[in-house]
Amino acid sequence: MSTMTTEQTEALIQEVLEVYPEKAKKDRAKHLAANDPTVEQSNKCITSNKKSLPGVMTIRGCAYAGSKGVVWGPIKDMIHISHGPVGCGQYSRAGRRNYYVGTTGVNTFGTMNFTSDFQEKDIVFGGDKKLDKLIGEIDTLFPLNKGISVQSECPIGLIGDDIEAVSKKKSKEIEKPVIPVRCEGFRGVSQSLGHHIANDAIRDHVLPALDNDNSFQTTPYDVSIIGDYNIGGDAWASRTILEEMGLRVVSQWSGDGTLAEMELTPKVKLNLLHCYRSMNYISRHMEEKYGIPWVEYNFFGPTKVAESLRKIASYFDDSIKEGAERVIAKYEAEMAPVIAKYRPRLEGKRVMLYVGGLRPRHTIGAYEDLGMEVVGAGYEFGHNDDYDRTMKEMGNATLLYDDVTGYEFEEFVKSVKPDLIGSGIKEKYIFQKMGIPFRQMHSWDYSGPYHGYDGFAIFARDMDMTLNNPCWGKIIAPWKATESEEMKEAA
Amino acid sequence: MPMVMIRQGESGAMTLYIAKKDLEDVVTAIEFDQPDKWGGTITIGDGTSYYIDPLPCPPKLPISLRARRG
Ligand code: SF4
Repeated sequence: MSTMTTEQTEALIQEVLEVYPEKAKKDRAKHLAANDPTVEQSNKCITSNKKSLPGVMTIRGCAYAGSKGVVWGPIKDMIHISHGPVGCGQYSRAGRRNYYVGTTGVNTFGTMNFTSDFQEKDIVFGGDKKLDKLIGEIDTLFPLNKGISVQSECPIGLIGDDIEAVSKKKSKEIEKPVIPVRCEGFRGVSQSLGHHIANDAIRDHVLPALDNDNSFQTTPYDVSIIGDYNIGGDAWASRTILEEMGLRVVSQWSGDGTLAEMELTPKVKLNLLHCYRSMNYISRHMEEKYGIPWVEYNFFGPTKVAESLRKIASYFDDSIKEGAERVIAKYEAEMAPVIAKYRPRLEGKRVMLYVGGLRPRHTIGAYEDLGMEVVGAGYEFGHNDDYDRTMKEMGNATLLYDDVTGYEFEEFVKSVKPDLIGSGIKEKYIFQKMGIPFRQMHSWDYSGPYHGYDGFAIFARDMDMTLNNPCWGKIIAPWKATESEEMKEAA
Repeated sequence: MPMVMIRQGESGAMTLYIAKKDLEDVVTAIEFDQPDKWGGTITIGDGTSYYIDPLPCPPKLPISLRARRG
């Protein structure tokens, strides 16, 4: 099928909406749209960040996931207590693949699960005593931790425990920061509010630590990487090129990050913001309080990397600008054979994306570098500003779907017939069974990094490996295949 | 009385960010934008307007302020 016109896309949306009851149909219609890149304000054609409809299969997470899983979890030298019943933390443990260096269980704790394991009696009588005891135990067993955060799960808010008081008391006792985070899962409509709450907790408890301490030796080239969670090593691949162009990366938020790095962030000259959705709040705060400008960048695919490096360099003097050009020239030469190898194998393939906070728009450039086209994109928990940024990147009349339901996604795929789908683990097996190549784009399908130049080589290889895998020709059992298909295979 | 943050957007236009709604939009109109008076009714891209008590001089952006729905 060739590209669709706006009418065709709209007709498809109408057709898919047909099965819903009247009220649901009206609501869902607002979240689906045909793209019009000329529109400046996305809210005129797509609604986002609204409560999901009861009864549909949504792919969203909760505020706890946004705070513990996304923002706080990767800070490796702190212990993050999943405060409440055991499941929330255990079923999400280490699933995100944010890499770090360190000895797990000694000085880093990224893949471990700490929980207060609430039982019935804790719900009835309150869990503050348990938390108090738990923090003490943690500090005895893991003395090299640099601090503790208390990530509230749903029941904490419901039973009204005072985690702030306990945290304050224990913080004095163990002489380390103990940070209460009110990220109960029921807050907000998706993990998005969890990001916000987590950012606010960092603002209140972490950033002011060195406000009156100027002992840190700064340079004019200090930057921090904000909103890179080091999935499969992403932040490392980003850091190398930034350092090569002459910048000094003071901190990584929060992939492979430490508490000390975060405390030093207010001393940097520029904040580099990759995941806008989850960390714009703290960047805004630092801009206001410390006067640190922030700049959004995109490290997917050589075209966007080069664009971003120039944009970042424009905040610095000529030596950095030259550095950027040097880095770009060096790596473009390395990227040329990668593109020459994979582009012919991927040219013209069509991709549909449905991911979290930045990838539906950030990866478009990387696909385009490989000659591929993104024909549908949507966010689990994006807001209007995310769609504002996306609509400019996407082709005319391509599909946009916000908080897409399982049913809608399947129907869209059936009629758009993309060559590749990038989404999460819950969608993976459905589409693979439908015979459509699929990449898990949250944790890079056990691969990565995908950021930076090094990452692009891996990205290109993975896309080729998935798309051109011979298994897709074997989806139909041999005894069910018709004559013609057998002939084709034999040929 | 939501908190709003006003900052200079990347394109140079002023933007208003409403923390409570997690919404950022361009400022399309501002009632007072004079050297000796700044603020008043501020209208944003989606048509809603907010009222900020006028300040005696244009502030250094970004700045967080309390606003009323205007
Ligand atoms: S919604 Fe509540 S119970 Fe469910 S995972 Fe999130 S915090 Fe846990």
